[in-house]
Amino acid sequence: MSDLLLSPEHRYAKEIEKRRNEDGSELSILNLGPTHPATHGIFQNILLMDGERILDGEGTVGYIHRAFEKIAENRPFYQITVLTDRMNYCSAPINNMGWWMTLEKALGIEVPKRVQYLRVIIMELARIADHIICSSVMGVDTGALTGFLYVFQFREKIYEIYEEICGARLTTNMGRIGGFEREWSPEAFKKIDAFLEEFPPIWKEFENLLTRNRIFMDRTIGVGAISAEKAISYGFTGPNLRAAGVDYDVRVMQPYSSYEDFEFNIPVGKHGDTYDRFCVRNAEVWESLSIIRQALAKLPEGPFHADVPDYYLPPKDEVYHNMEALIYHFKIVMGEVPVPLTEVYHPVEGGNGEVGFYLITDGSRTPYRLHFRRPCFIYYQAYNDMVRGQMLSDAIATLSSLNVIAGELDA
Amino acid sequence: MALETSVIQKKLIENFGLKVSDFFQQHDIFTFEVASDSIVEVMKFLRDDATLRFNFLTDLCGIHYPDYEKERQFAVVYHMHNWMDNVRIRIKCYLDGDKPEIDSVTGLFLSSNWQERETYDFYGIIFKGHPQLKRILNMDEMTSFPLRKEFPMEDSGRTDKDDRFFGRTSQNC
Repeated sequence: MSDLLLSPEHRYAKEIEKRRNEDGSELSILNLGPTHPATHGIFQNILLMDGERILDGEGTVGYIHRAFEKIAENRPFYQITVLTDRMNYCSAPINNMGWWMTLEKALGIEVPKRVQYLRVIIMELARIADHIICSSVMGVDTGALTGFLYVFQFREKIYEIYEEICGARLTTNMGRIGGFEREWSPEAFKKIDAFLEEFPPIWKEFENLLTRNRIFMDRTIGVGAISAEKAISYGFTGPNLRAAGVDYDVRVMQPYSSYEDFEFNIPVGKHGDTYDRFCVRNAEVWESLSIIRQALAKLPEGPFHADVPDYYLPPKDEVYHNMEALIYHFKIVMGEVPVPLTEVYHPVEGGNGEVGFYLITDGSRTPYRLHFRRPCFIYYQAYNDMVRGQMLSDAIATLSSLNVIAGELDA
Repeated sequence: MALETSVIQKKLIENFGLKVSDFFQQHDIFTFEVASDSIVEVMKFLRDDATLRFNFLTDLCGIHYPDYEKERQFAVVYHMHNWMDNVRIRIKCYLDGDKPEIDSVTGLFLSSNWQERETYDFYGIIFKGHPQLKRILNMDEMTSFPLRKEFPMEDSGRTDKDDRFFGRTSQNC
């Protein structure tokens, strides 16, 4: 039996014994997690420490595994958005929209331009919310609470926009096959305008607070660095990969939802360290703001959903007074909708990288198989490699810069 | 698209003959089947060949097909991506229903480590040569493989729900 199959405690106990006999050094085991405040979620790292320095580590994940892939195989298609919400709950609308787009690809539905633009707006707002959390929490983990409290109110503002659009805040369950459940209210647009007005100066101030801050730079530059080659091999995508200098972005490589209509840059870093990840995320917020402005400026007129009565619920009023609508309503709610026999893979650029949905249908009311490509799960395995040989406090900074979301990690 | 799918197909058939088969375009992804004993060679070739350059393993997952013939009851699906020409491919490897085993690709892509562990955890597919093939999301003491189709999702003792009244049988849900 390979040593790696042993539990890390047993493996490390052997190592400690060995080193004690060799040179009298006193290594120790440290449990980072599962409920450590700096892990921002429930996952455990068992670390072998030499004083403050990390010699080795092993992550244990799965504490909030909720069997989403199994549940998805037993739920009609429209009931699966609620599962996608709970993966990366910091940017739930991106997952929601990704799931609808996957379904639309499988069903061959073309959505109106207006819906695509509205989706872009909501996805970019979600990306900003995600990056606000990650960047400001990095400040907290390196000792600067002020910035966090200062910008966090804007996540609240974004949640109010979600609330205006779909009624929910954190786990949004937003949208339908082919569009949105209702037209966006004027109040929603007013709130977005207010956000675009108020947020940029605050974000500028937040950046001023940390980007050239001597203490912050000393704590993050050269910490938890990963080379581009290694990052690619480890399956990194999103800001963490771009920080290593690779300009891979799904929005550009494989534009979905009309991303090709907008002008934006892909910020890249150079060294792949914690500081670069911080800077890339901050720069992405500016790009997202620019995309939202462009989308609002160019927002076409039109319906807020595609004309697909087989899949899109009719208005309630018609259900009560029109037999046709009642039949459609019943069929959709019972999940008895025509679904072709197919396989699709649809990627979207999530807050942390490429969120992919691999859907296999067998013509029935539920997916035959639905696999979520969860970027966190894939890149978190590099963590022990990245922190090996570093100080414990650097490991904390590295962890928060990777933006590991426990919900996405465990599915 | 700089890299034509016909080129991929031609190069693979030239080098691997009957080990690769069933090429077809499914939506936006070119899909084919690889014999399970040569997956490592094929993926290494796809990654290292100067024209193919599939540098990124996007996704790896398992599927259970209990209704297929015995030699094809499990499948491992690999999604690869060539970032230079922006081409995606999907590779399917079918495995034996009684003894699902396939070589591990951890030597080629570090990202496959946890994804193979996940596939093992849920389907019981053995990845030969994997450095640390143990459960990852489920607890170590678990004895079954929960994403196999025979594993029930809900407690079979539940009496408050009878799906037959809604036109659902075990065949159609």
